[in-house]
Amino acid sequence: MGKRERLSGNEAVAIALRQINPDVFPAFPITPSTEIPQYFASFVANGQVDTEFITVESEHSSMSATIGASAAGARALTATSSCGLAYMWEELYIAASNRLPLALALVNRALSGPININCDHSDSMGARDAGWIQMYAENNQEAYDNMVQAFRISEHKDVRLPIMICQDGFITSHAVENIELLEDDVVKNFVGEYEPENFLLNTKASMAVGPYAITDYYMEAKRNQAEGMKNAVAVVKEVAAEFAQISGREYGLFEEYCMEDAERAVVMIGSAAGTTKDAIDALRAKGEKVGLIKIRLYRPFPAEEIAEALKNVKAVAIMDRAEGYTNHGGPLGADVMSALFRARSQALAVNYIYGLGGRDVRVEDMEGVFEALKQITADGDAGETYRYMGIRE
Amino acid sequence: MSNLTEIRWHGRGGQGAKTAALLLADVAFQTGKYVQGFPEYGPERMGAPITAYNRISDKQIRVHSNIYEPQYVVVVDESLLETVDVTRGLKKDGAILVNTQRTKEEIIPQLKGYEGKVYIIDAHKVSMATMGKYFPNTPLLAAIVKVAGIMEEDIFLKEMEASFKHKFASKPEVIDGNMAALKMAMQEVR
Repeated sequence: MGKRERLSGNEAVAIALRQINPDVFPAFPITPSTEIPQYFASFVANGQVDTEFITVESEHSSMSATIGASAAGARALTATSSCGLAYMWEELYIAASNRLPLALALVNRALSGPININCDHSDSMGARDAGWIQMYAENNQEAYDNMVQAFRISEHKDVRLPIMICQDGFITSHAVENIELLEDDVVKNFVGEYEPENFLLNTKASMAVGPYAITDYYMEAKRNQAEGMKNAVAVVKEVAAEFAQISGREYGLFEEYCMEDAERAVVMIGSAAGTTKDAIDALRAKGEKVGLIKIRLYRPFPAEEIAEALKNVKAVAIMDRAEGYTNHGGPLGADVMSALFRARSQALAVNYIYGLGGRDVRVEDMEGVFEALKQITADGDAGETYRYMGIRE
Repeated sequence: MSNLTEIRWHGRGGQGAKTAALLLADVAFQTGKYVQGFPEYGPERMGAPITAYNRISDKQIRVHSNIYEPQYVVVVDESLLETVDVTRGLKKDGAILVNTQRTKEEIIPQLKGYEGKVYIIDAHKVSMATMGKYFPNTPLLAAIVKVAGIMEEDIFLKEMEASFKHKFASKPEVIDGNMAALKMAMQEVR
């Protein structure tokens, strides 16, 4: 049986990590993720975990130490936000290309500048091509549940890739909300022991990690990485199905809300999806056929499945909480539109940039987006496809 | 009565407005409600104005925006009345609670014509009398629970005692003072 609690998103993730009891957790603090290692440090001090908790002098080092531990054969992770992730940059690629199944608890925050501590997705979106699995959460419950599932996905022999478990800075990381926790032993059994096949501390089979690859081999190494990413889709679903057995909570690659007969839809990531659900309920009460697709798995990107879920909509708004500076929209917009194009979709699609640097998203804002989609449908023309929501003119 | 109660807290960094909002979420959770308690940060520094929010509901809460039309507003630091539009969006059938040593008649002209109910409490007096130090959030928490009728007083006190025993496990000597502050605040708010 689960335990009803009220926790912030950061505390919820920290508790998941206590239950997982990883081997190594190198940490360097940065708002708004600082509380995760802070709570975890108290679990270490209280003897509730036997994790090697390493305080380091920078995020470059925290990711390097996580990589070193993982290569040695340990289950390892770290946490960060914003500029901390930016400072890990080269290490992100090292982790992925060495097929190390480590985890990163990322609390999304805007990148500087101007300096801003609040939520947007510019940090993790910048890392979308680094070869990491990326998963996002609407609320504290999903952040916790995704963390519990993380190592089962990353360590799977068909995958063996690092995983980034993302949640929205302050909006969920610092908000206390109701949550249902799993019992410690249930999580322990679900996650299981980590038994790496190849690892540096294995004296019986010595190996090299991070070698030079000449032109003759580099491309095959990258293709192999892509194969792991390809396999991740099925593994994410498999792990979610098992997780439903222990929790009663169902997860997929994305969540469909009121999509059965939806003529207009929003596609988005993160906490604003909850706000959008309230907007949808209000509009549905007036008979409007509106729905939502909330992305859980962003890398790998479930393009075909999303196009399938959108196949009956007349108009769709794709919401990006990050700029792409492409002059035509953000990263999610590009991914979804390319999925629609490949599926020969006739839907009219627009891409909104919203919520940068913590700009609040209200139910009324999302009702406004659905209203704009109504106009687009009536016009039979998407008009300007690169739009901003909630910007002062 | 609507099954959703929305409260906005105005304080200054370091005064415990965020902690009070989290404690309120905590105690409302104990009575079986769905809750949200969250801060809105500007610059992170002592003394800067900060806002915190509560939603308390019988139903699951999915919205993740700030609160623009609260039923209740709590002003932890009355100097904010001059610089922050504390009654903005505040519902007429709601109320505002101000921590002040002045009278209601002196406060009302600063509320920009707010037509709803006005409550005051001298959290400084309560805090000094019961805890010997100035912690405005404990008295204000009790006062808003009473003003907003969030739960029965005896249930509130019982839950808070349990919560303090947990929170102050390493310094139990402060529990009595905090409990006395809650009880006195419920008498003092007017």
